[in-house]
Amino acid sequence: MQMTKIEAVIQPSKLESVKEALIEVGVDGMTVLEVRGHGRQKGHTEFYRGREYTVDLLPKIKLEIVLPDELVEKAVQAIVTNARTGKIGDGKIFLTRIDEAIRIRNDERGAAAL
Amino acid sequence: MKVWSVLVLLLVLLGTQIGWTQTGGDAADRIAKLEQQVTDARGAADNAWMLVSSALVLMMTGPGLALFYGGLVRKKNVLSTMLQSFAMMAIITILWGVIGYSLCFGSGTSFIGGLEYTFLRGVGAAPNAVYAATIPQQTFMVYQLMFAIITPALITGAFAERMKFSAMAVFMVLWSLIVYAPMAHMVWGKGGLLNAALGGRIPTLDFAGGTVVHVTSGVSALVCALYLGKRIGYPHEPTPPHSVVLSFIGACLLWVGWFGFNAGSALSAGSLATSAFVATHFGAAAATLSWSAAEWIRNGKPSALGAVSGAVAGLVAITPAAGFVTPMAAIVIGLVAGVFCYFMVAKVKAKFNYDDSLDAFGVHGAGGTIGALLTGVFAVSAVNPILHDASGNSIALGLIEGNARQLLNQAIGVVIAWVLAIVGTLAILKLVDAIIGLRVPAEHEIQGLDLAQHGEEGYAWDASAV
Repeated sequence: MQMTKIEAVIQPSKLESVKEALIEVGVDGMTVLEVRGHGRQKGHTEFYRGREYTVDLLPKIKLEIVLPDELVEKAVQAIVTNARTGKIGDGKIFLTRIDEAIRIRNDERGAAAL
Repeated sequence: MKVWSVLVLLLVLLGTQIGWTQTGGDAADRIAKLEQQVTDARGAADNAWMLVSSALVLMMTGPGLALFYGGLVRKKNVLSTMLQSFAMMAIITILWGVIGYSLCFGSGTSFIGGLEYTFLRGVGAAPNAVYAATIPQQTFMVYQLMFAIITPALITGAFAERMKFSAMAVFMVLWSLIVYAPMAHMVWGKGGLLNAALGGRIPTLDFAGGTVVHVTSGVSALVCALYLGKRIGYPHEPTPPHSVVLSFIGACLLWVGWFGFNAGSALSAGSLATSAFVATHFGAAAATLSWSAAEWIRNGKPSALGAVSGAVAGLVAITPAAGFVTPMAAIVIGLVAGVFCYFMVAKVKAKFNYDDSLDAFGVHGAGGTIGALLTGVFAVSAVNPILHDASGNSIALGLIEGNARQLLNQAIGVVIAWVLAIVGTLAILKLVDAIIGLRVPAEHEIQGLDLAQHGEEGYAWDASAV
């Protein structure tokens, strides 16, 4: 069975609803990272004692999930519907082919290891 | 009915005490005993307040100033910055016991104290009536020590993130003896040139250390910033505070501790302490508002760091005035100080492009100077009748009471503090630079002083520390 990795960069405030929706469609594992970055969204300025600082890398949440192919579209839909506000800065989803998955505990391979 | 029975009981008791069992000689003894007890009670009350004040002023350095400064630096320098303040609590304490207290408060010349209190000889339970007649001299000594600790600690803000710990320690010992001790003696010591209460030739009003603490430390800070040069990358590389939260907590502790600093400077627990307490609080509140307003107008938003910086600026400026001014005058002083220090920090520093990293000069040097001068304007004898004419009558203090001369005296005090700070600091920096070297190597500065100078990190990064 083919496997795909979903990497989704989303707004930090959307993590809870995205996570719940993913569990709903049958995703049972994920890795969540606190990251910083920007796409088309502009940063902001901060002032400390009159000195101006431009902050263009904004805090985001990155989800990494590896799924059997038949689950991928459902999961993507769950992320898109729950992370969308319609404004710039909502984030992106990237899909990549995965060659192999190995469960460290018992050496299971492939989709069985997911 | 109850009131009557209590009165009757009191009369009976008084009768037993005075009428029935006493003869004349006994009465005199008893009165003398009673007077002694009243004096003791007053002394105990004053001593309690002064010990609490001493603890409050120590709290200003650790954790107050350590947190305030620690939050303003980058993560890699948080511990080294906090330790520089904390180290003063140890180093200056020992120095104070050996010689510092004597140089400040011994009876010497107009400029420096004598050596009679070295190793704290004769500094015990008996009061030193010249300074504070109702508390043990040991209490007075330890209270003044807390000022000697925080003053050099304030300077560390100017050379943060780039000075060697060893050089810093030696610098501070010398600075304490060469700059702080003469200034403290001139303003507060018996026979000091500027001492308003103890017959100085140029009576200057400095209730809790506007010139002694804030002008000396702030101006020395500027000299340090200029002599050491900028941090690598400043100002084009960003150096934002790593935790305004820490600075915020630190500033709140400073505000509370400042009640010990200013109200404690009454050296007693009476109404003068209350008056200084109230002036301190109103000054801090007013400066919080004026700094925030200036920032709001200029940047479009009021910030937490701005609000707490304003409070500290107000506390600095009210320090020399605290025991001489009314609450309304304290508000005026605070309002002026908040805007003035904001202007120094946000505008002047950028214009002249010096790296006073944590604004020790912009807040303490500038705020102390403006506060010392405004004390000469707003001091009134109704609050504190400290100046007397030849026949012992209380005379006018500040400009608003018609004593223009006082403003000149204040200016002289400020100039002396500036000159002493500039000359003394420059000489010490040159000496320490020649012997030890002041700055850490560039690679240490980039790595951060916590690791390079102390072999530790403020925030565990290693996965094994999870």
